Amino acid sequence: MIRRTDFLTKNYGVPNGWSLSVYEKTGGYEAAKKALAMTREAVVDEAKKANLRGRGGAGFPMGVKWSFMRPHPTKPAYLVINADEGEPGTHKDRTLMELNPHSVVEGCIIGCYGIGAHVAYIYVRDELHLSKARLWGAIDEARAKGYLGKTPFGKDYPVEIYVHTGAGAYICGEETALLNSLEGKRGEPRLKPPFPAQAGAFGCPTTVNNLETIAAVPTIFTIGGEEFSKYSSLHYLNDGGVRLFGINGHVKKPGVHELAVGVTIRELVEDIGGGVLGGRRILGVIPGGSSTPILRADEKVNAPDEKSPLHPWHGKSVLDVPLGVDTMRGIGTMLGTCCVTVLAEGTCPVLAMHNLMQFYRHESCGQCTPCREGGAWLLGTVEKILDGHGTMADLNTLTDVANNIMGNTICAFGEGTAMPALGFIGKFRKDFVAYINGERKRSDARLTIS
Amino acid sequence: MAFALSEERDRELRQLLERYPTKAAACIPLLHLCQDQAGYIGDEVIEFVAHRLDLPPAHVKGVVTFYSLFNQHPVGKHQVWVCRTLPCALRGAEDVIKQCEKKLGIHIGETTANGKVTLRTAECLASCGTAPMMQVDKEYFENLTHDRVDEILSRLMESKR
Repeated sequence: MIRRTDFLTKNYGVPNGWSLSVYEKTGGYEAAKKALAMTREAVVDEAKKANLRGRGGAGFPMGVKWSFMRPHPTKPAYLVINADEGEPGTHKDRTLMELNPHSVVEGCIIGCYGIGAHVAYIYVRDELHLSKARLWGAIDEARAKGYLGKTPFGKDYPVEIYVHTGAGAYICGEETALLNSLEGKRGEPRLKPPFPAQAGAFGCPTTVNNLETIAAVPTIFTIGGEEFSKYSSLHYLNDGGVRLFGINGHVKKPGVHELAVGVTIRELVEDIGGGVLGGRRILGVIPGGSSTPILRADEKVNAPDEKSPLHPWHGKSVLDVPLGVDTMRGIGTMLGTCCVTVLAEGTCPVLAMHNLMQFYRHESCGQCTPCREGGAWLLGTVEKILDGHGTMADLNTLTDVANNIMGNTICAFGEGTAMPALGFIGKFRKDFVAYINGERKRSDARLTIS
Repeated sequence: MAFALSEERDRELRQLLERYPTKAAACIPLLHLCQDQAGYIGDEVIEFVAHRLDLPPAHVKGVVTFYSLFNQHPVGKHQVWVCRTLPCALRGAEDVIKQCEKKLGIHIGETTANGKVTLRTAECLASCGTAPMMQVDKEYFENLTHDRVDEILSRLMESKR
């Protein structure tokens, strides 16, 4: 069901919509005032009620994450915001930083108070120069008004926010790699435990939240956690609220839209995205960034068990399942960042996998052998198949290599490489075999459609 | 010759150091400051950063070699990055890359003979909804068409800087 909202996006397109004056005209910073008048425990409880599943990809409930933070006798706590947006197919956080940066600043004030931190670092990938400038602009405006600094809104609870930059490494979107990068090191993920809530930034208790997650916090405190959650038709699955949906690839109107949780892929493609380019049919859809396994348009939901959360959609097309954290998991993929990439009929899935394997090969940090070497093997083997030199044994090698990456690496990047690979190989096997049998040639393969 | 930051950038470094509980945390932002000034990170820059932040030069070198945006060798005055990853590729990134190579007369990874432009491909730059796209220095150019790419590159090649 499509339900449009504009909590996060009301000032998109408004002249100077990113400025403090516009933000305050529509109730900006009232939520922070309200939250700072509450107890810390009440703030975390309200956040829990919102059922806001982390918007960065893993879908962990934000309020629960906040509740893991315990005051430490000697160490300070930190809030770290992950704005290293770089998952292929993901283009939502950037719009918030450029067009609604004060929601991020206000969210950070509430977040810091909720978790007991006095400093927040917003880690922005270096390429996003406009985003960084708008965030710094918002921070400076908020500080000039006394909303940041020693006594925000007159309360004796100092809060400072700093923007920190990366230097071009996708892996720094992994929270522990990000923390290492923030500390001035190579962006290599850390073994967990300890989890960031115990030992995060600079060895201190830390909460890492995605940028969209923190930007939604003021809305939660404006309308109330439960009210926020109830906007979602998946409220009953503890998947609440409104969020940004991206749509890209072979659709007529790509873009970013704020909608209540519960919209289906078909609604997103047909109604929001204006349908597939050239009026073609859908070949496949990547639901939330390149690490989430592709769905074929002709796949059906198989959930005969009445207790399954997927049962209401049993026998229907996977494209008619609402985009939610647990619903997508139930059909063998992931919601990820909720930005949908559409591949129209006529696109070569082998070439698409090859493109993504180049990405994963390039971005592996190199720490763990299965990922470092496996990524290269996956790319090399697809390349061989595309070039017409592949055998059926190579197809098995692809599956073997991917399966040997899964579960054998420090961080989830390994799964992020293997899962989409297994998705392409399993769901488009015939296309791979066509190259092996010499029925198809690389020179005829296309990613664009005319 | 030993490397030193300009007065203005040195002021920025002092501000940077106030933001973090450790000096080391300023490593990446400081490397950006140095690269803005020198164009690339050579051994003398590594020595400088290591000295200012009390870090072993090997640590700084490790950081420089990890991140794609740090140039380990001199590059052109202007940086052109064309996104090549799937969402852009679905909307014609390959044609953009070929057009850039032809117009500039160089291949991906090379710099024009006059030292003005270095052309590279980038992995996803978070502009999938406005694909295809490219980044020129600090600016994004989105929803690219053949004419638009032509215009951007012409202006770049003719610029005085």
